[in-house]
Amino acid sequence: MHIMEGYLPASHAIGWYAVSAPFFVAGALKIRKIVAERPEARMTLAASGAFAFVLSALKIPSVTGSCSHPTGTGLGAIIFGPSVMAVLGVIVLLFQALLLAHGGLTTLGANAFSMAIVGPWVAWGIWKLGRGVGLSVAFSVFFAAMLGDLATYVTTALQLALAYPDPASGFIGAAVKFGSIFAFTQVPLAIVEGLLTVIVMDALAGKVPDDQKLRILAGEAR
Amino acid sequence: MGKNRTLWLLLAVVVLAVVPLLMGGEFGGADGAAAELIEAENPGFVPWANPLWEPPSGEIESLLFALQAAIGAFVIGYVVGRRHERSKTTQKPEGRAVSDAA
Repeated sequence: MHIMEGYLPASHAIGWYAVSAPFFVAGALKIRKIVAERPEARMTLAASGAFAFVLSALKIPSVTGSCSHPTGTGLGAIIFGPSVMAVLGVIVLLFQALLLAHGGLTTLGANAFSMAIVGPWVAWGIWKLGRGVGLSVAFSVFFAAMLGDLATYVTTALQLALAYPDPASGFIGAAVKFGSIFAFTQVPLAIVEGLLTVIVMDALAGKVPDDQKLRILAGEAR
Repeated sequence: MGKNRTLWLLLAVVVLAVVPLLMGGEFGGADGAAAELIEAENPGFVPWANPLWEPPSGEIESLLFALQAAIGAFVIGYVVGRRHERSKTTQKPEGRAVSDAA
């Protein structure tokens, strides 16, 4: 999902920065509030960022014959709400842009929008929906993390299609082409992310009934 | 069911990662494939910015990726360990189960 350095036209690069910036600020404020009100949540917050660190470093082979990586942003979005991941996700993206030449500073706004904003918001929405229709915690977490991961990659494909529409078939045609690179590759990896998110949430919460895991992780209960 | 669930889920993760390997392919990065598509369709395309710094070799790059994963895994392991330690201490002396709420 990393759009490489210099691959977005300057106007798009600036535009995505403008779109992402308010989410980043809101996330920073939310993190300050969480840390002030629920010191107990600091550990989970650190683990949520760390999970994104681990998963986005793991390049996993996919059925399309190319490699990609999960994002790990669903965990924190489910526990704390999506806004905090805007900040934690940008930290991951900065690390990779500066030290690994993955993604870049010009494309940071766009990459933040897909990985640190759209993915977490979709994950959070699916989580709420899953619980709302009576799915178990584990299944809701699985679908939330999986679809959040997929949404990130679909967003990247759409961002590239917007910047490089196909001469003949336009935006739609380009979206299909970039989508076939990113989205299909991502399907098995999204499932992996869903499974790993359930595993890590279990490990973090310890031996407590499913329905109490969230409140404990969010620092609302002991 | 908790412990078993983790084991089964991990097994599924391994299968999902190994099956594509058996199916074969070049396993290049999807990010790079998108960049190639852009270059192929826009002859003469040159990225207008370059990374400030690039890992000088594949070895250094894999070192930094491993470092990224290690930092993350260390923090998660620390948090899991701390929480287990605390749930032990809160359970025993006060005789209070962690799951006393609601």
